[in-house]
Amino acid sequence: MDETDDTLTPLHPNHVKVTRIVAFLCALPFVIGSIVLEAVQILPFGIFVIPVFLVAVFLVLRVPLRRYHARGYDMGEDRLRVVKGILFNSDTVVPFGRVQHIDVNQGPLQRAYGIATLTLHTAGSHNASVHLPGLGNEDALAMREDIRSHIKRELD
Amino acid sequence: MDTQGEPQLPEPQLAEPKRTHPLSFAVKAVNGLQNAIFPMVAGFFALRDQSWAIFGAIGIGIAIAAITAGLSYFSWRRFTYTVGATDIRVESGILSRAARSVPFERIQDVSLEQALIPRLLGLVQVRFETGAGGKDELALNYLAEAEGERLREVVKARKDGISEEVAEGDGEARVEEPAETLFAMDEKRLFTFGVFEFSLAVFAVVAGLFQYVETFASIELWNLDFWSDSLAGPGSWVSNLGLVGQIIGAIAGLITFVILGSVTGLVRTFLRDWGFRLERTDKGFRRRRGLLTKTDVVMPIHRVQALKITTGFIRRRFGWHGLKVVSLAQDSGAASHDVAPFAKVDELRPIADASGFALDPSEGSEWHRGSKKYRFDSALIELAVFVFIAAGVATGLTISGAASPAFASIALVAGVLFALRQMFLWRFDFNALGARYFFVKQGWLAPKLDVASRIKLQSVEIAQGPISKRRGYATLKLGLAGGTLEVEGLPVERAYELRSAILSSIAQTDFSELAG
Repeated sequence: MDETDDTLTPLHPNHVKVTRIVAFLCALPFVIGSIVLEAVQILPFGIFVIPVFLVAVFLVLRVPLRRYHARGYDMGEDRLRVVKGILFNSDTVVPFGRVQHIDVNQGPLQRAYGIATLTLHTAGSHNASVHLPGLGNEDALAMREDIRSHIKRELD
Repeated sequence: MDTQGEPQLPEPQLAEPKRTHPLSFAVKAVNGLQNAIFPMVAGFFALRDQSWAIFGAIGIGIAIAAITAGLSYFSWRRFTYTVGATDIRVESGILSRAARSVPFERIQDVSLEQALIPRLLGLVQVRFETGAGGKDELALNYLAEAEGERLREVVKARKDGISEEVAEGDGEARVEEPAETLFAMDEKRLFTFGVFEFSLAVFAVVAGLFQYVETFASIELWNLDFWSDSLAGPGSWVSNLGLVGQIIGAIAGLITFVILGSVTGLVRTFLRDWGFRLERTDKGFRRRRGLLTKTDVVMPIHRVQALKITTGFIRRRFGWHGLKVVSLAQDSGAASHDVAPFAKVDELRPIADASGFALDPSEGSEWHRGSKKYRFDSALIELAVFVFIAAGVATGLTISGAASPAFASIALVAGVLFALRQMFLWRFDFNALGARYFFVKQGWLAPKLDVASRIKLQSVEIAQGPISKRRGYATLKLGLAGGTLEVEGLPVERAYELRSAILSSIAQTDFSELAG
């Protein structure tokens, strides 16, 4: 198996929508705050609203898309590879033989969009849990079953 | 050892609930007395205008001691443990009842610990480590020493599924397997070790004490008048000695400093490592040490994940090294996985062999260096930080006019030195991948060697930041149970090469085959 090749599977497209909504919710208070500051008119128009608005648009529209493209996973025969990060890259491989237990989690937003986060727990102090968000719910469950079949019975 | 005042029955009574040793309630009561001291002092100060203040204070003390003793008596009465066929069960609680069952298979280690007071009474604390991680572990507070030993043997034997024979030969009849001593430290070795453990902790303690005294007595340590007054009084002869005298005084002070530091180190080492003995038993490594608080820890060999060899920059000149193991279950306290804190490399080799590890890569594998670019970039970054600081200081000094801006060059020099150090460190970065182990050697004055078993690693991550991505190096982070193992500044190709090699050996075995 060649780990350096670009054989990564992209995440579910809905992952972008969910991260955008989350980013929007985070940016909203700042946008509102800047509008309030404008309303009291201490400084000329646009000092607060324009930069805040631009940053918010960047964070809501551009960043989730770039992060989506930077993310990916590769389900091998005996290992899962998870790649993420725009500026700070991380490329983690977890062999199925070292997985202690597996979680599939869905938040309310993720549920609405039918996606889920797969989490593999290992015994290592570093990378004790490796998260892989933005999988289609069915895919995540199938992956869980697949990985579980690789873990020996005694472990559960 | 009997714990209930009932005659000791043969084997089947193992399944009956037992109490801890009756004296353990005395230990808890004595510990409770310590809690009574502060209220006594507080009470005394509150009542100090009354003529009967001292009696009031003693009364408070007695009342608190009585309550603690009563409570510990009842909790002793209500605390029972049962060694069953498959588990240990403990029931406790005065008003509420708590019952816990710990299956033998889940017990990782059994350790015996003796603090000062229990030791005087011949009692021992037995702790069962379940790997649940943290405080919520089962501890039997104070059994008789022999009962503790016996319990440990029973648990270990049951765990290994040989319960029947062991229970037969209960107690003294069962002779321990002849253990092979791997490493021991005599008084002479301890003394040398203690000298190298030079510690300034005593000064922190003394300073703390002074601060404490300050608030009670009106000695103001940080007040200049206090010192000039005392110097003018009995201390005035010091200032009359002139320059030579002052220099001699300073030297004498320095010597005192060194002696005090060494003595502290010696005392601490003797207290901690007195009678240090590491043995190989059929259950794993067994380590005994301690002067006032004796500890007796068994570390199963198959749980050893990695070895760490450290040294100090002076002791290294004399060939002294310390060996630690990284184990799946972390027992109490820091640095408690020391298996040989102070030894020559030749003494470490048999220990490494016994734990199934090697200290040198096998034939055919060679040492690789880290990335030179990584060191160059780190040097540049450190230099930049100091240049930044120097610029800040220079502007500050020019504006305030407090001193010549030339002082900022000190920061510049420091920056250059740090940068040179980074470049120099490159010469001491090594990693090697043997057939079974992964070796990482780092450090200039006090080099460290980490040896990890290839198949006992849990995951492999390659991380890159914005700079390292452009410059072609990466950090390799290995998932190690019970510890961390990271190699910074590897050339990217080497990182990927290491990863695929390590992953291929991990994938061959399942975790359950490792943990045993």
